[in-house]
Amino acid sequence: MADARSIGRIAVKGVGKLYQRPKQPPVQVLDNCSFEIEPAKLTVLMGASGCGKSTLAYMIAGYLSPDKGSMTIDDISIVGPGPDRIMVFQETALWPWMTVIENVIFGPRALGSMSDAEARSKANALLTKFGLIEFRDKYPGQLSGGMKRRAELAQALINSPKIMILDEPFRGLDVMTRELMQEYYVGLFEETRLTTLFITAELEEAIFLADRLLIMGGSPSRIVKAIEVDLPHPRTWEVLTSERYLEIKEEIMRLLYQDQEAELLAQ
Amino acid sequence: MRSSSAFVRWRKGLNWRGAVAVASFILLWQLLVRFKVPGFETIPTLSDVFSTFWTKYMLSAKYWKAWAVSFERVGYGFVISQVLGIPIGLLLGTRQMFHDVMFSVIEILRPIPPLAWVPISILFWPTNEMSIVFITFIGAFFIIVINVHDGVRSIKKEHLWLARSLGASPWRIFQRIIIPSVIPSIAVGMTLGIAVTWNVVIAAEMIASDTGLGRLTWEGYVSNTPAVVILGMISIGLAGYLSTKLVDYAEKKMMPWRKA
Repeated sequence: MADARSIGRIAVKGVGKLYQRPKQPPVQVLDNCSFEIEPAKLTVLMGASGCGKSTLAYMIAGYLSPDKGSMTIDDISIVGPGPDRIMVFQETALWPWMTVIENVIFGPRALGSMSDAEARSKANALLTKFGLIEFRDKYPGQLSGGMKRRAELAQALINSPKIMILDEPFRGLDVMTRELMQEYYVGLFEETRLTTLFITAELEEAIFLADRLLIMGGSPSRIVKAIEVDLPHPRTWEVLTSERYLEIKEEIMRLLYQDQEAELLAQ
Repeated sequence: MRSSSAFVRWRKGLNWRGAVAVASFILLWQLLVRFKVPGFETIPTLSDVFSTFWTKYMLSAKYWKAWAVSFERVGYGFVISQVLGIPIGLLLGTRQMFHDVMFSVIEILRPIPPLAWVPISILFWPTNEMSIVFITFIGAFFIIVINVHDGVRSIKKEHLWLARSLGASPWRIFQRIIIPSVIPSIAVGMTLGIAVTWNVVIAAEMIASDTGLGRLTWEGYVSNTPAVVILGMISIGLAGYLSTKLVDYAEKKMMPWRKA
C-alpha cells in the first residue's frame, strides 16, 4: 500500500502552449506554468472558463504536447497517452454503440490484461458497486447524466490507473444529481486514494473536494496560487458551513477578483 | 380480444386526413379527364390504368421481368458503390497521403451528373447492361464516399482519445471506434444513394436499354398507350419505395443502439 501511494507524482515546469486556430491570430493560452501534483492527493485545478484548464489536462493526459517546458510523471517525461493515466471528459465520452458493460471492459480487453471472463466479472463487481448492474446491457443513450458519469468512473477504474484526470466531470448535471455525484465521488476517492487532478470552475465544488487547490489566472494563464485545504476528512456537506471553509473561500475570492481588476485596468 | 385490439390500433394508426386527401386527388384526376380539361385529353384515368394492368400486365412475364431487371441493375450498382465507396471514404478520412492524392480527383468527378456519363459509358463498356450498372453505380458512389469521409472527419476527438488512454492499438481503434462512429454517416449515404440509384436507372433505361421499368414506361409513350406510361410510373414509385424500406431495415440492423 505504501508503494501505491508513492506513485503518480506529476511535475509541470515552465509549460507554455500556443493555440493555432484557422484564420485567427494564434493565442498564447499558457505561459511559464509550473506546479506539482502530489501522489494520493486530490488536487483541484480552478480557473475561469477559457483559461486553459482543459489544455493543461489534455497535455498531462498526453493528447497534446507543450511548446515549452517539461511535464513528468514520477520523473519520466510524458509522451502520448498511456494506461497509467485516465481522463474523464467534460461531456460523456462513453461510446454510444457499446453497451455499458462493453464500454467498461474495453480497457482490460484492449490491454490484454485480463481474459474476457475476468474482465466481465470485474466489471460486474464495479457496476454493482456503482448501482449500475441492472443497466449493464443498456446503451449509454438510455442512461441518465449521473449514471453515465458513474459508468465512466467504472470504465476508468477497471484499468487500475495511477492517475485520474477529471475535466469538469459534473458540469451539465442538474443541481441535485451534481451534489449526489460530488458526495459519491468523495467517498470513492477516499477509498482508492488515486492521484487525482480534478478540474472545475465552481468554487464551492473546488473547496469541498480538494486536498490542495491550484488557482489559475493571468493571461497567458499560469498557476497563481496553491492552497492547502485543511478541512477535515471525510468531507460531508457540513464543512460548507464551517468557519475554515469560509476563510478559504474568502481568500480565493479575493485572489480571483484581484485578477479580474488587474485585467480591467490593463484594458 | 386480440383481434379487436389490433383493429383499434389499426384505426388509431390510420391517418384519415391523409386518406381523404388521396381519395380527393384520385377523384379530381378522374374529373379532369372526364371533362376533358385542356391538357388532360389523352391522359387515362386511374381505372383505365387498373384495367390495363388487370387484363394485360398482371400475368405478363414481360412486365414482371421488367421489375426484376431494374431491381437487378439497382442492386448491382448500389452494392458495388457501397463496397468500393465505404473503404475509399474511410481511407480518405484516415490516411492523409491517400487524401492528398485522391481527394482532388474525386472533387473533379463528383459534380458531373450520373447521366452525363451515359455516352462515355456506352462507348467504354462492352455490353449495355454493364454501362447501365456503371451509371447506376456512379449515382450512389460519390454520395457514399463523401458521407463516409465527412463521418470520419467528424468523429469526436474524445472518443478516440479515451480509447488511446485505455491502451487500445491503432487497429483496435479503427475496428471498435472509427467504424461504428461512421455507421450513421454510412446510413445517410445509403438512404440518399438508393434514391439517386432509382432516378438514374430509369433514365438510363429510357436512353440505352430495351428492358426494365424505365423502358416499359418509355415504350408506353412511343406506342401511344398512356395507360402503360402511368402503370410504369406507379411501378417505379413502388419499386423505389420497396428499396427504401429495405435500406431502412438494413440501417436499423446496423445501429442497434439507435432504437433506444
